[in-house]
Amino acid sequence: MVKRIKQFGYSKKAAPYLFILPFMLSFLIFFLYPVISIVQMSFQSVLPGMVEYIGMENYKNLLNPTFFKAVKNSLAYTLITLAILIPVPMILACMINSRKMVGKTFFKSALFVPTLTSVVVAGIIFRLLFAESDGALMNQIIGVFGKSPVKWLRNGTTGFMVLIFLAFWRWVGINLLYFLSGLQSIPEEIYESADLDGVNTWQKFRYITVPMLRPITTYVLTISIYGGLAMFTESYMLWAGNSSPNDMGLTIVGYLYRAGWEQNNMGFGSSIGVFLLIVTLAFNAVQMYISNKKERA
Amino acid sequence: MTKKKINAGIMLIFLILSVIVLFPILCLVIGALKPSSEIIRSGLNARIDLDIMGFFNFKSLFTSGTEYFIWFKNSFLLTIVQTLLSLFVSASVAYGFAMYEFKMKKLWFSCMLLIMMIPMEIIMLPLYKEMITFQLIDRFTGVLLPFIAAPIPIFFFYQFLKGISTAFLDAARVDGCTEIGIFVKIILPLMAPAFASMGIYQGMISWNNFLWPLIVLKSNSKMTLPIGLSTLMTPYGNNYDILLAGSVMAIIPVLILFLAFQKYFIAGMTAGGVKG
Repeated sequence: MVKRIKQFGYSKKAAPYLFILPFMLSFLIFFLYPVISIVQMSFQSVLPGMVEYIGMENYKNLLNPTFFKAVKNSLAYTLITLAILIPVPMILACMINSRKMVGKTFFKSALFVPTLTSVVVAGIIFRLLFAESDGALMNQIIGVFGKSPVKWLRNGTTGFMVLIFLAFWRWVGINLLYFLSGLQSIPEEIYESADLDGVNTWQKFRYITVPMLRPITTYVLTISIYGGLAMFTESYMLWAGNSSPNDMGLTIVGYLYRAGWEQNNMGFGSSIGVFLLIVTLAFNAVQMYISNKKERA
Repeated sequence: MTKKKINAGIMLIFLILSVIVLFPILCLVIGALKPSSEIIRSGLNARIDLDIMGFFNFKSLFTSGTEYFIWFKNSFLLTIVQTLLSLFVSASVAYGFAMYEFKMKKLWFSCMLLIMMIPMEIIMLPLYKEMITFQLIDRFTGVLLPFIAAPIPIFFFYQFLKGISTAFLDAARVDGCTEIGIFVKIILPLMAPAFASMGIYQGMISWNNFLWPLIVLKSNSKMTLPIGLSTLMTPYGNNYDILLAGSVMAIIPVLILFLAFQKYFIAGMTAGGVKG
């Protein structure tokens, strides 16, 4: 027996399975099984002690205004954050990359600080900065311009603006650092030879920088899609709980949380999960298709 | 436009941006020094009024016997344990993928990439049911067990190990070292710089983790800091003294670590970018 164990220790064939065993178990128990079971549960009515197959009933119940609102909110949030938080940090990174500038290190660190605060603390700060009274910071600022105080978090449009601003605040610094690390891997010579050919700044950006940054852009895009579609905590903190006036801050995950935990309707919650799974896979497929096509072109 | 003018313009942009980014945190600190009645009345702002400001909120945080420091301790312990465990396990998995050939390696590797793309929130319902079955509800084990083999650290370590020459490993084998011995005695020490970056990445994730602990942990004494803080946020604002002082205290340890290990922080938090 001891000899057997010893042999095993020296075996190059058995070793890899031993090393990746934790991943295999974790994948099967905490990923694959849950995925299968969420699909299964989405066709069931799951009540304590009673599980019943009900066909497409959960999916039919999905067609309600609250769900559409949650989907609209999540998609709008994802698309708007993508539209702002990719080009803006990219351009900012290009601005400071090869420039000798006073305070460059300070700016990099300062913009990074919000990444250190948790969403919970960030949410507390923003909820109180955008409070309703005329003494809250944002109302003070618009007061300078002669505007009367706004109930930021009670109005759909302004409430959504606060959400986007919170996302910008938390992510602009880290995305900038991603793009900076990408820019540092572009060889300086390319720009020098472009200078010799008389290429202007815009052309350099368009035909050298953007294509060379593609791997980093793809990465930032992937994590932004992930973060946008799965957004929950930001809205939970801004509205001090999962229910906001008129559900203006409700996201897909928030609706899933409401169905699964607040209303104890696990079958219906599962159908929301399956929907989000399909949306996530679709987003990723489109993104992969586009970046593959660009690479070949 | 001269180069100097462009430089000045860019500096101005970054200056404004830094103010926008740092100002909310400043307002939080100023707010934490004001009585909670003032916060309820006017929210957060930058007005400094020394007549009403003082350290009373921090004093009551320490003396009024709130559960704040229990939450703090819970978060601290969970962060340390989850980070150490997941780094060790992920290093082992990454080593298996990077250094060996085995059956269905490609399939398992794609499985890992798949997990990276799919938000955990999608499967949290069935995961929660599993935790009930395993009797891990309201226990710290339930918070960390499903996420120990974490795909991002695995991927990062995999990339790191791929860059190491493996020729000298065979020499170790000839000398009679077991496969596990090679991993523990030779590879783990080599991975120290990768551990530093991923330790910070994983530590930040655990320290700030919200939704899953919110679902798993039920009793007040088990809550982590983010969840505890969120329970203090009520529409009535009766806990604002503790809430604001507590939020400041939650940022301080991370800020100190950041100032001390800035380089590792930036490397760790942008680590995923290497994968492109």
